[in-house]
Amino acid sequence: MSVSANSARGDLKLTSVTKSYGDFTAVDDLSLTIPEGSFFALLGPSGCGKTTTLRMVAGLEEPTVGSIHLGSTDITFTKPYQRPINTVFQNYALFPHLTIFENIAFGLRRRGIKDVDESVNKVLNLVELPHLAQRKPTQLSGGQQQRIALARAIVNRPALLLLDEPLGALDLKLRRQMQIELKWIQKEVGLTFVHVTHDQEEAMTMADTIAVMNEGKIEQMGSPADLYDNPKTAFVANFLGQSNLIKGSITGNDGDSLIADLFGQKVSVPRNRSHADDASILAGIRPEKFRISLAQTPVSGNVLSGGKIEDVSYIGVSTQYQVMMPWGQELMVFEQNDDGVAPFQIGDPVNISWEPVFTFALHGDQDAEAGTEVVPEDLDEE
Amino acid sequence: MKKISTPYLLLLPGFAFLLTFFVFPILSLAQVSTATPVSGGDIDDFEQTFRFRNYLEAFLDSREHFGRSIVYALLATLIALLISYPLAYALAFKSGKYKNLLLVLVVAPFFTSFLLRTVAWKQILGEEGFVVPPLRSLGLISESTTLTSTAGAVILGMAYNFLPFMTLPLYASIDRIDPRTLEASGDLYANGFTTFRKVTLPLSMPGVVAGTLLTFIPAAGDYVNAELLGGPNNSMIGNVIQTRFLIPDYPTTSALSFMLMAAILIIVTVYIRRAGTDEVV
Repeated sequence: MSVSANSARGDLKLTSVTKSYGDFTAVDDLSLTIPEGSFFALLGPSGCGKTTTLRMVAGLEEPTVGSIHLGSTDITFTKPYQRPINTVFQNYALFPHLTIFENIAFGLRRRGIKDVDESVNKVLNLVELPHLAQRKPTQLSGGQQQRIALARAIVNRPALLLLDEPLGALDLKLRRQMQIELKWIQKEVGLTFVHVTHDQEEAMTMADTIAVMNEGKIEQMGSPADLYDNPKTAFVANFLGQSNLIKGSITGNDGDSLIADLFGQKVSVPRNRSHADDASILAGIRPEKFRISLAQTPVSGNVLSGGKIEDVSYIGVSTQYQVMMPWGQELMVFEQNDDGVAPFQIGDPVNISWEPVFTFALHGDQDAEAGTEVVPEDLDEE
Repeated sequence: MKKISTPYLLLLPGFAFLLTFFVFPILSLAQVSTATPVSGGDIDDFEQTFRFRNYLEAFLDSREHFGRSIVYALLATLIALLISYPLAYALAFKSGKYKNLLLVLVVAPFFTSFLLRTVAWKQILGEEGFVVPPLRSLGLISESTTLTSTAGAVILGMAYNFLPFMTLPLYASIDRIDPRTLEASGDLYANGFTTFRKVTLPLSMPGVVAGTLLTFIPAAGDYVNAELLGGPNNSMIGNVIQTRFLIPDYPTTSALSFMLMAAILIIVTVYIRRAGTDEVV
């Protein structure tokens, strides 16, 4: 057993990692550094290569090309059992023949660690299930099994904890609760968490840094707010939340802003949110940033006029409108129901306005629909 | 009313079958086992005299065969287990798209008669077979050594004949293991051997217990392999029962059968208790 690999600590660094299965490239020349102590999420749709990336870090797959370092130690080809890395598997993979106590003690016993009882009891208290120590996994609910899988991994105090869609099998309410708990536990134990998920809300709730993956590559990496407010590609704009992407072109500039022409109407785009300055762009605005006003009401900021309400959905906290624009595009608008004003009616002629700072500009040669075909969660990769 | 009676109706055919072909014959066997020949009667005339000494005499006459049966059956079971475990493991985890084909091949020997297959082994291991002459010319066995009429031939014959009974339950058990639990074991610092010892083997214990029972029980009562592949010194209890039956000595035959059943029952009970598998029984 390699002692050096086992005691490695530090940042996780993937360098030009590629994984191919025959003709299919699951992970394509991926380079990535995950700082020690961070909560990092790999987010992407089914088949984007996020799980393959995780398995290579765990040692369950070998990269075709590239290297993986933990701190200064090269772990690219070390066996899973030689890495100071533990995984919370998607369906927990608890040992059905062992009690909860022995499941958690498994890693400690393999490493010949003393005081197994104390460590196991401590981590059982952390996940608030000390009374289940003598049960078998099949006697536990999904949420309890999830916590035990987490306890079984973190009891080893790994340099890196990998979570493979850890909440995928839980119902929505429990998932929300576990997201908050996971984040709390990560702060409590201070380990590096690498979390793989297709659920953008889950990634945004928990992670400090998110890498959005698509077709084996990282589309964009940054803090949740960064990715949401300033996406660099149409895929990211659509995969994280929803976006209205309107075709247009940059026609000039005005200090810190660029002037864009969207079907004959001029709007301003902050320079630091513009990732394109050519003739063809996609101007992006999040639906909740829009304000709707009746056509004759004067408004300030960026304005697109000539809209008509096509559809109104009242969903309690907000009202969602579909607004048909003169160029034949339907825009999504979410209005908070906080002003006591009755919603607009279908057919109302309206203008749409927003603060210029909320505009972002993307290269116009992209598919404006990229990332919108959201894979149903149940059908996601096993 | 209907809801309560349905399960009983479903059980009825099974009960009727067991009553006719198991309970009645067993009672009849018990009755004959304590009978004695009718003095002056025909050779196959027996009368009930409750002579329990039949058991003692039968046992004392053939205790050597009893011992041999148990030892041979245990060894055959062990060999079958050692061959079947890797086979079943490969079938479950490594066979990919050939899984069904390979499973059919495991069962394929059953397409031919048990007797014929054993006769075939007699040919293979015989003087003119393709095993003995090459071994002789290589000097690995002496001119006078034979492979048939040996304990080894009997044990290997049984291991071969009952192999599918071992392989199939093992396969069923190993196939049910979630491969992710094996990955989890590696992830939790267990190397390949430790993973086998701590995860794979315990999880496949139901298959091990079922397979060893399905091999041991018929092997302990088998007489075909000893008859065809063994010599006079390799007779098992099944051979004694067969010989006595043809005399006919029904009381001794019945007493031996009962004692064999009892012996197997005791061994199996102890074994299941020790193996701690409640899923099998």
